[in-house]
Amino acid sequence: MKKLPVYLIMILLSAVMLYPLLWLLGASFKSNREIFSSVWFIPKSINFDIWKNAWKTVTPYTMGHYFANTFMIIIPKTIFAVTSSVLVAYGFSRFNFPLKRFFSALLVIGMLMPAIVKVMPMFLFWRDTKLLDTYVPLVFPALLAEEGMFVFILIRFFDSVPREFDEAARLDGCGTMKTLFLVLLPCIKPAVTSIAVFTFLWTMNDFLNPLIIIQSVEKYPLSLALRLSVDSTGQSYEQCRIIAVSVIGLIPSIAVFALAQKKFVSGITAGGLSG
Amino acid sequence: MKHRQYKNPVGVGKYTGLLLISPFIAGFILFTLYPFVCSFVLGMTDYRSAGTPKFIGLDNYKTMLSSESFRKALSVTLKYAAILVPLKLIVSLLTALLLNLEIKGIGFFRTAFYIPSILGANLAVVIMWQYLFTADGLVNQFLELFGASPVSWYGDPDASIYIIIMHRLWEFGSTMVIFLAALRDIPRELYDAAKVDGCGYIRSFFSITLPQIKKVIFINLILQTISALQEFNAPYMITGGGPLRSTYTVGMLIYDEMFKYSEAGYANAVSWILFAVIAIAVGLMYLVTGRRERNGS
Repeated sequence: MKKLPVYLIMILLSAVMLYPLLWLLGASFKSNREIFSSVWFIPKSINFDIWKNAWKTVTPYTMGHYFANTFMIIIPKTIFAVTSSVLVAYGFSRFNFPLKRFFSALLVIGMLMPAIVKVMPMFLFWRDTKLLDTYVPLVFPALLAEEGMFVFILIRFFDSVPREFDEAARLDGCGTMKTLFLVLLPCIKPAVTSIAVFTFLWTMNDFLNPLIIIQSVEKYPLSLALRLSVDSTGQSYEQCRIIAVSVIGLIPSIAVFALAQKKFVSGITAGGLSG
Repeated sequence: MKHRQYKNPVGVGKYTGLLLISPFIAGFILFTLYPFVCSFVLGMTDYRSAGTPKFIGLDNYKTMLSSESFRKALSVTLKYAAILVPLKLIVSLLTALLLNLEIKGIGFFRTAFYIPSILGANLAVVIMWQYLFTADGLVNQFLELFGASPVSWYGDPDASIYIIIMHRLWEFGSTMVIFLAALRDIPRELYDAAKVDGCGYIRSFFSITLPQIKKVIFINLILQTISALQEFNAPYMITGGGPLRSTYTVGMLIYDEMFKYSEAGYANAVSWILFAVIAIAVGLMYLVTGRRERNGS
């Protein structure tokens, strides 16, 4: 019974945290008037016409087109980010090499550098290399372990795997890469899943980079298509349509999070940054 | 970061590790070092996006110092960070402490608190946030329900910043899980010993928990400060910087100067000043916490 107040706080806080999202889901079936006249999230009637309209969008393309664009960025980016961060973290965790302390420091410095300073020089760089309005600027950096945080988390996981595992593998004749893939990777699977899920979610959320890089509507990812629907329908009308577009756009993130939830949350809780 | 010192396996040369981390080295040079140097150089030029950069020394910095809009943006950004960061750390830590009490249903609560932090930055949710605070939006509907008078969130320059602050505070889950991981790492024996010595919750929090997670608090403080001082997305989408520039952050100023007014040189100078502000803030925190650590032990 002593814990009753704790439960009350937890339940109240969960309501504050989740209610806006429930409200968003409900509002996607509501008319404009109903959205702003009732705090209750469940719509009076389910009207799928709003969703159908939203799917068509105000552009010549359907939401399906923007989904496809987004996945053309996300899939290679996720593969690249996982591969490069695993290799780099493996190098840091398991090998000695010249200037190792120096490079470890660079890893931390890279994480502390404010991203906003990089925005413009990189824009000019991609403009001068004629790669603006392509997906290269959005995908390629992942190949070079751009996300220091991922390397950091993976190093912690690699460090937690006993060295004896590697030594046994080496005695059985495994080389550097075979040891990584056959022995170590299976041990750090939760961390790898976390990184893949993070890359997915962050890319879904990314707004500033596509805004600067992608110019033609045909190539827009979901986030820019969403902004377009806000800009072109005007602020005062058709909120219900914009909300429906938003909910459709959130489905992939929610689905991925739900599928990976167990491994993902345990991965970040165990890996965290502590230590 | 600590690396245990081991010998490389037999037959592995000293360059194998270097080869493995080579993507990182290339990435650091191309995506961190290059843009920082480039930005510094451009900051001392007069550079309209179409023309060629012309060296003008520190003129951009002089313009900035006398610019009313820069000073306003800087004060908005500092105020925003000064309110948001401590608030977010306190909420995250308190929630993590409650979750750590071995209550039932922790999995549900942890997920419920975490979800906003991964969906919150999504444009869809940012747009939703905008609707929550309209004159007849959900927040005002609730305020009226409880008998309070509605707030003109977008009209009142004193209220508007709190739309953004509440949005970021709502995303406290990512900070909370880091605290939770740190709390889990504290050896249970310490608490058992404290109990034997007759320490209550409050006492053991201050003499065991806090010292044990000091480092993680510091990391969270720095990460949150860095991201708060760069705020761009939320004000850009939710308030557009208004009313009366009360939510117009330095991040928005940089974006506008670059992409709206094509003043690349000036924009880079502003971003270097922002970088300097962040570096000073982080440096101060480092000094303050470092001194306390030395005095304490």
